[in-house]
Amino acid sequence: MTNTIIWTVAILTVLGLVLSLVLFWVARKFRVEEDPRIDEIEKTLPGANCGGCGFAGCRAFADAAVKAGNLDANYCPVGGNEVMAKVAAILGCEVKEAAPMVAVVRCNGSCANRPRVNVYEGEQSCRVKATLYSGDTLCSFGCLGCGDCVAACAFGAIAMDAQTGLPVVDQDKCTACGKCASACPKNIIEVRPKGPRGMREYVSCVNKDKGPAARKACSAACIGCGICVKTCTHQAITLADNVAWIDPAKCKLCRECEALCPTGAIHGVNFPKPLDKEGIKQRIEARKAKAAAEVAKKEENNG
Amino acid sequence: MAKLTFSIGGIHPADSKLAKDCKIEVLPLPDKVYVSMAQHLGAPAKPVVAVGDSVKAGQILAEPGGFISAYVHSPVSGTVKSIGPRKDLAGFNQTHIEIDVQGDEWAEGIDLSPELVTALPEDTAFILDRIKMNGVVGLGGATFPTHVKLSPPPGKKADCLILNGAECEPFLTSDYRILLESTDEIVVGAAIMQKVLGGCPCVIGIEENKPEAIKAVKASVARLAYPGIRVETLRKRYPQGGEKQLIDAVMHRQVRSGGLPIDVGAVVQNVATSLAVYEAVQKNKPLVTNVLTITGDCIAPERQHNYFFRIGMPLSFIAEQAGGVPEGAVKLISGGPMMGKAIANLDAATVKGSSSILYLGESTRRGQQGPCIRCGRCADACPMGLEPFLLKRLWAAGDASALEANAVQDCIECGCCQYSCPANIPLLDNIRMAKAQVMGIIRARNAKK
Repeated sequence: MTNTIIWTVAILTVLGLVLSLVLFWVARKFRVEEDPRIDEIEKTLPGANCGGCGFAGCRAFADAAVKAGNLDANYCPVGGNEVMAKVAAILGCEVKEAAPMVAVVRCNGSCANRPRVNVYEGEQSCRVKATLYSGDTLCSFGCLGCGDCVAACAFGAIAMDAQTGLPVVDQDKCTACGKCASACPKNIIEVRPKGPRGMREYVSCVNKDKGPAARKACSAACIGCGICVKTCTHQAITLADNVAWIDPAKCKLCRECEALCPTGAIHGVNFPKPLDKEGIKQRIEARKAKAAAEVAKKEENNG
Repeated sequence: MAKLTFSIGGIHPADSKLAKDCKIEVLPLPDKVYVSMAQHLGAPAKPVVAVGDSVKAGQILAEPGGFISAYVHSPVSGTVKSIGPRKDLAGFNQTHIEIDVQGDEWAEGIDLSPELVTALPEDTAFILDRIKMNGVVGLGGATFPTHVKLSPPPGKKADCLILNGAECEPFLTSDYRILLESTDEIVVGAAIMQKVLGGCPCVIGIEENKPEAIKAVKASVARLAYPGIRVETLRKRYPQGGEKQLIDAVMHRQVRSGGLPIDVGAVVQNVATSLAVYEAVQKNKPLVTNVLTITGDCIAPERQHNYFFRIGMPLSFIAEQAGGVPEGAVKLISGGPMMGKAIANLDAATVKGSSSILYLGESTRRGQQGPCIRCGRCADACPMGLEPFLLKRLWAAGDASALEANAVQDCIECGCCQYSCPANIPLLDNIRMAKAQVMGIIRARNAKK
């Protein structure tokens, strides 16, 4: 009996020692040399592994950045400029500052604006619903309201509004990783620059139907009338497939398009003052009168 | 003789063939028709007419947009008003040709007389050309171009042509009515297809709940005396009319995963397709009409109809002819209750494959969804031997390789799993998505090879 115990302990001890030596040797022999900066950068990154940068996760991002030796192809939208400055310091290179971005839901189809014409009983998933039919309203482009974007968000920044049936983005929590935009089968969510002090102007509709059809489906749809395109003095608005789009790089936030939009499809957010429609209309009229006067003057001079 | 059926799975829904005694009526012409360019499987057709052209019924409006595609003909005579997007059944925009109806004049060379032409053309190339030029597609549901299906790839030979008269979907009676009213034409159509396929035998399979049709077809087969055509009685069971199920029932052969019916020497065609083939080949008449059933569990018997419709008629026009949408209808379905599509837009135009407008009442609403209790009824019901509960879980987990290993690509979307689920879980909604994803992966892999 005692013998057995002694032998067991002895064999296991010797085995343990021998194997630990083998492991020690293997660890030495096959050690992978890795740049310590990869670990350092990974620690600096937010660690959400959201994929918003275009890489598989934070470590893949760090690996790619170290291998490239610069940050031309890498930008972490979640960490923003602050984190990127730290990463740049580790790598000892320059980083371009990027404007902070935010996810924008481009649909006005609340229950009040866009009447429901049928009841959907299938799986509560936008992805499934989008393959079955155009949705429970007459608009085949708008929000389906099943909340795939909410499920996709790793930061809890999107929630469905029970009143309107539309998703609402919490702009303080949103990191602009773009997960919601790729989860949306209707491509309604767009990642746009946050704008100065959060002020931004966008067309909150993606309906490509012609005016009457779009209007019938939703009272706040973009009907492709082109008034905003004609009004804009900065050439910031383009009209394609019966829907307008505001280029954030060119928009000067004058809010003239918003004041003139006949359906209210253009939204301006975070402006300090409410929209003064009449004031803006007068301003446009005055400008037009001035321009007409100048033309008349020129003709007079020429004539 | 023993009644034939397939070997695994299947369900027995109440057959509810409420409109089976309604004779097929001819609808009046509407003021306008809208002919869709995407009414067959494969690439949409390309319009060959321009706005302002005057067209005759039976004239070609559009030509095939690819190898798997079909000609589309004008169902009426009149003027082309516009060519542009219009919402289809599911509410999505599709290119439609809008025609203002004027009179009812048919293009030259089309034989509209009711006489039966029994003498078969000698040349198979001529037959295939007629089928192709007259835009015939499979009318059993998938609307696959018929001339492609009747031209087996080199090295493959058809041992048997199966004519599908099962009509296993509850409520639908359009196939039953044409089996009764155009029996001889269907049998001649079968003989034509037999000839194209090299004289293989032909089995016409009809479910046991249509004894009059079985009697009529048997009599017609005996009278016309084409060689090698026989009628088989099938047991009443859903999805008996599924291509692979029918091959199993009639020939006792199984199509392997990813294979085609022609791999086991079978070609399956619907009886309505057979009628279209007859008209295309013997009468040179394009596929511009079909039969549609108006029925449901919440519509009075006198308002149920079987109609000959022209393609392009708006569904709402046909519904009006039958007295409008009945009170108490909560679901509008085009096709059968099992595999049909919800009508999201009643103004949508009918297409070649339209087979019904089905009104279903309050009792058919989907119940509260519960958790899966692993009872396995879905796996018992699946005619393809899949495990739907597992597939749904794998889809939720996003495991595409496991989905492929569990053969999600074999799903025929018959809906037996969802029908048999006691917890009202929308299994098929999920499996259909998973199938589309896996099919995409398989196609990409094959393209690489």
